[in-house]
Amino acid sequence: MRIQCPICGSRDRREFYYKGDALALKRPAPDAGAEAWDDYVYLRDNPAGWHSELWQHEAGCGAWLVVERNITSHEIRKVTLAEDAT
Amino acid sequence: MRFSGLKILKEGLTGNKGWRPHWRDPQPKSEYDIIIIGGGGHGLACAHYLASQHGITNVAVLERGYIGGGNVGRNTTIVRANYSLPGNSEFYSHSLKLWEGLEQDLNYNVMHSQRGIINLFHSDGQRDDFARRGNMMLSQGDDAELLDTEGVRKKLPYLDFEQTRFPIFGGLFHARGGTARHDAVAWGFARGADSRGVDLIQKCEVTGIDIQNGVVTGVQTSRGPIRAKKVAMMGAGRSSQIADMAGMRLPIESHVLQAFVTEGLKPCIDHVITYGMGHFYISQSDKGGLVFGGDLDMYASYAARGNLPLVEHVVEAGMTLMPMIGKAKMLRSWGGIMDMSPDGSPIIDRTHIDGLFVSCGWCYGGFKAVPAGGHVMAHLLATDQYHPNATGFRLDRFRSGVGIIDEEATGSQHNLH
Ligand SMILES: Cc1cc2nc3c(=O)[nH]c(=O)nc-3n(C[C@H](O)[C@H](O)[C@H](O)COP(=O)(O)OP(=O)(O)OC[C@H]3O[C@@H](n4cnc5c(N)ncnc54)[C@H](O)[C@@H]3O)c2cc1C
Ligand SMILES: [Zn+2]
Repeated sequence: MRIQCPICGSRDRREFYYKGDALALKRPAPDAGAEAWDDYVYLRDNPAGWHSELWQHEAGCGAWLVVERNITSHEIRKVTLAEDAT
Repeated sequence: MRFSGLKILKEGLTGNKGWRPHWRDPQPKSEYDIIIIGGGGHGLACAHYLASQHGITNVAVLERGYIGGGNVGRNTTIVRANYSLPGNSEFYSHSLKLWEGLEQDLNYNVMHSQRGIINLFHSDGQRDDFARRGNMMLSQGDDAELLDTEGVRKKLPYLDFEQTRFPIFGGLFHARGGTARHDAVAWGFARGADSRGVDLIQKCEVTGIDIQNGVVTGVQTSRGPIRAKKVAMMGAGRSSQIADMAGMRLPIESHVLQAFVTEGLKPCIDHVITYGMGHFYISQSDKGGLVFGGDLDMYASYAARGNLPLVEHVVEAGMTLMPMIGKAKMLRSWGGIMDMSPDGSPIIDRTHIDGLFVSCGWCYGGFKAVPAGGHVMAHLLATDQYHPNATGFRLDRFRSGVGIIDEEATGSQHNLH
């Protein structure tokens, strides 16, 4: 698997750290309540198809990326900088 | 059909023509008391115990593929009871005891082999941690023995003890741990359930869950609708898709775990060895193949195959620990989809929908849990009470924050357990 880093170009999967669902960017307010925090910290859509997720180009430029990847076929259709998504 | 030494002898002398299929191939009925979604280890064990312990036989197990095609037939078969947190501790201890009586109970040779597991450690800090774990195992009534370097060397003379990266300081020996033949476990439970009247329905995919006024009424399948009073979701790596049919989101992320086997060799590795620092573990199957694996590929995946970087990583770790295996040729590798939970511990519970139950979050350790997972789920379905050895696996522990069972203290990231 290769990921197209917007800064460094196409790189081997080994250079990247996987964090999980890009929902991690949507942190609720501290007082949003148990339900909102449960949704954020624990619950996952976990779809058998297209998935928007957070990767870090750990062994490259260090940028956090939002990668749209099909988790059944591993096809990647879009990669953007996480800072643009927030 | 029952197995016995005499029967095997007779069949061996008469061309093995007298064996019959181990279970029927029934048509689905229009209604059951209980429907189990997923004919993996847990679903089959649950069906067996529902019938054998609770006398509930109007049960169907619906399997989208074939019996044994899921993780139950893809794992590296390690069976152990070395968990340390309340919640897990009594559950896995219960499971190991069921394993020890399983072949008698099922009249089936599941090749349960208590060959002993050695978890290696490589620093003073890790020794302390393993000593603590050993004490927890002893206090839960199971066995553990702390070995120093010489103790390990006596059992495993072929390891590279002085490796520069992780020299071996010792190991935690769990004598009652070991392996079992994974397919036979699925087949044994399948036959146990079928012989008592449970319908095992293969090539039957559940495509919908029917709910009326908050009560489950049945399921939609590729072979038509089937009504049921209770439905148990036991789909392991596919748990999220099944729960989605009931409008539920689960705290599960699916990940691929790979495993590898070499050509058959003469007996050379007598134990199960884990090398946690290198993310590597190994045992030798009764056929002679070295069966080994490592960590997750680490990214979410529904593809039952992995990627090459992980293959390289696992093999490097193996060569560091025991250079001798470099002479063996690798025969096959494969992957399975793991239902990773946020604390690494499973969920066995009711849901907010009446009559709908869930068992999931088995991560990469659900094979050893098959007997107990089925047993306590059957108890919950039959009596509506939690089994005393499975009171901790509540679905709401994440929302409430009370009772999270994070064995490795790695936090809420699903792939880190
Ligand atoms: C490579 C690897 C190594 C492992 N090593 C170990 C180990 O050494 N020790 C250990 O304890 N554990 C191990 N595990 C984990 C263990 O195999 C799993 O946790 C356990 O098997 C999961 O439970 P199960 O057997 O019920 O799952 P499965 O066998 O996967 O059963 C789930 C079933 O549900 C079916 N299903 C899904 N969706 C539907 C639907 N919509 N309709 C009908 N049926 C459906 C699937 O087809 C599947 O057959 C390993 C796993 C892998 C992949
Ligand atoms: Zn980069």
